[in-house]
Amino acid sequence: MMKKALALLLTGLLLATLAACGGSSAGSGGDRGGGGGSAAGNDVVRIGVFEPQSGDNGAGGKQEILGMQYANFETPTVVIGGKTYNVFLDIADNQSSNDKAPSAAQTLVSNGCSIVLGSYGSGVSIAASSTFGDAGIPVVGVTCTNPAVTQGNSHYFRICFLDPFQGPVLAHFAKEEYSAKKAYCLAKQGDDYSVGLCNYFMDAFGRDNCVYETFPDGTSDYSSYVANAKTAGADVFFSPVSTEAAALIIDQAATQGLTIPLLAGDTWDSNVILNAAEGKHVNICVTTFYQEGGNPTFDNGIKQWINGNSQAKANNGGDDKIAAVSAMGYDAYYVALEALKKAGSTDPAKVLEVLPGVTYNGVSGAIAFDNIGDAVRDVAYVKWCNPDTAEWEFIAQQGI
Amino acid sequence: MGLFQIILPYLLAGVSVGGQYALMAIGYSMVYGILRLINFAHGDVFMVSGLIMVYMAQALPLYLSIPAVILLTVLLGFAVERAAYKPLRSAPRMSVMVSAIAVSYLLQNLALYITGGLNKNYPAIPWVSDSITVLGATTKRVTIITPFLMLALVAGLVVLIRHTKIGMAMRTVAKDFETSQLMGIKLDRVISFTFAIGSFLAATGSMLYFSNYPGVIPTAGGMPGLKAFVAAVFGGIGSIPGAVLGGLIIGVCESIIKGMDTVLVHLGLIRSPLELATFSDAFTFVLLIIILVFKPTGLFGEKTTDKV
Repeated sequence: MMKKALALLLTGLLLATLAACGGSSAGSGGDRGGGGGSAAGNDVVRIGVFEPQSGDNGAGGKQEILGMQYANFETPTVVIGGKTYNVFLDIADNQSSNDKAPSAAQTLVSNGCSIVLGSYGSGVSIAASSTFGDAGIPVVGVTCTNPAVTQGNSHYFRICFLDPFQGPVLAHFAKEEYSAKKAYCLAKQGDDYSVGLCNYFMDAFGRDNCVYETFPDGTSDYSSYVANAKTAGADVFFSPVSTEAAALIIDQAATQGLTIPLLAGDTWDSNVILNAAEGKHVNICVTTFYQEGGNPTFDNGIKQWINGNSQAKANNGGDDKIAAVSAMGYDAYYVALEALKKAGSTDPAKVLEVLPGVTYNGVSGAIAFDNIGDAVRDVAYVKWCNPDTAEWEFIAQQGI
Repeated sequence: MGLFQIILPYLLAGVSVGGQYALMAIGYSMVYGILRLINFAHGDVFMVSGLIMVYMAQALPLYLSIPAVILLTVLLGFAVERAAYKPLRSAPRMSVMVSAIAVSYLLQNLALYITGGLNKNYPAIPWVSDSITVLGATTKRVTIITPFLMLALVAGLVVLIRHTKIGMAMRTVAKDFETSQLMGIKLDRVISFTFAIGSFLAATGSMLYFSNYPGVIPTAGGMPGLKAFVAAVFGGIGSIPGAVLGGLIIGVCESIIKGMDTVLVHLGLIRSPLELATFSDAFTFVLLIIILVFKPTGLFGEKTTDKV
């Protein structure tokens, strides 16, 4: 009797937990569409948001979504073919996991999205690409920088620069700024982004002068890798891995007194890195898409919005520093609106047809697509993390 | 730089992470010894303990939050046993194992729900988290503390098991479940106590582990949990010295393999790195297979005699 009662109680508890989770996500769904609520009665156009909200890239994905949500808050409606539509951001969590990405993509397809934005992280974008392709839905990648995302298909586009560009930029920066002769490169096994970027970096830097290592999924102990970089006598430590791993690497680097610069790509442009580096003797430089202060109107607007919305603030890591990925998410939303306007229809096939010709002048610069579907960009911003103030400081604009 | 100077940082890291695995492995081992159950939720109790610390440290000063974390983790271990394992005491062993897997996922998903999947920075414990230099290798003080604290705790545990009444009861229950009940031992109390000790060690291990690697994510218990379980099997599941030795061997091995390239290059055996670090986890498990081929019950495993 007792047993059954207990079992029932536990089942009830479990259901209650599930209900709580379900309830809260429905609630935030309401928030997302909330901007459009004022103009009731309009038809709804769905823009799919295919982003990680948990897992390794959860923090970055959330910040990218923030940019889209702010843009949606700013411009909640769009005129398509003479008719005003409310824009609904349909957010699916791909959990930073290549094997879960297709089912998240399938959700967006089933929900009838006209166009999809995302993802943060190249692996999940590649994994889900065919799901969108088979359904004929165009996707605009926001910060997935691996070339394989757009190669060999006609439905995947992106508004950011690519790793074959970013890698050499960092290699040149290491040589010019730090006169580096030897580089230590660390990537995560099976991670398309970090492995790819490390390879492009090494190609430009000279493979003979690089020590390359990878760590398995689930690693927490980076002390050996930092020790390897030290004993190898490297001049720069290049590790474009997820921010979760980065925080641990930075901590180890500080512990072992690694004084050489830590270089990384766009992923590290996050307040997770700033918080990890605060007050420590580390030297961190990253390439990125946007530098805070680049567009004061956007900066002030999004800061005000983040500060007025506790959920948004929590998703931004508890402060109002603007991540470059947020700026990119913001631009991606407007690119999607441009495409919808130009297509004059919410039919994904029509949107796909016009997307290659869409241009937009965003906060991160002018956006246009080349014939593969990649953004035409030739310059990246290099930022340095000031560990005393925990702020990014602009260093240089770097080309190849 | 001498060979010793090069190997030392890896050894230090290995002994330290091995000590942390050992603390968890004891939890697996003791529960298995008494219940013949592999407590899959143990790694997640470890992770939750880390999360409790993250939130506690925001609200309370450290000298209060550390005991509070240990107490709450012990309570969690106790609650898990009472809610998920006790009702299944007479059920087939497989059902209890499934229940353990369910608890593991429940804890992970709860952590995901509470943290929103974001990395939580573990608070730095003053003195323990400071950098120090040992014979030319720079590391955190916790690296040095871990093996000693671990050995002290194990010594305490051995005294407890050998020389106290509850320890005697535990040994009796491990020998024979049913007969011990006939002898008047309160089975539930002994089992709860075992889970409490296991959780206490997991809480201590989690403090040491996350002080060294200060990022807590919902899956943070997964890999350390798996390695600790392997350590327990490696040393002979059910044996405490075995768990300790297993943990240390696995910790040192995986650390050395990560640095193998650098050492080999230094010795002049190879000219360019072979990227051996990639195989650090694979080596660990290959080692386990080899040991189990030659000693199926692990290093200190007891011979099982089937009672008819």
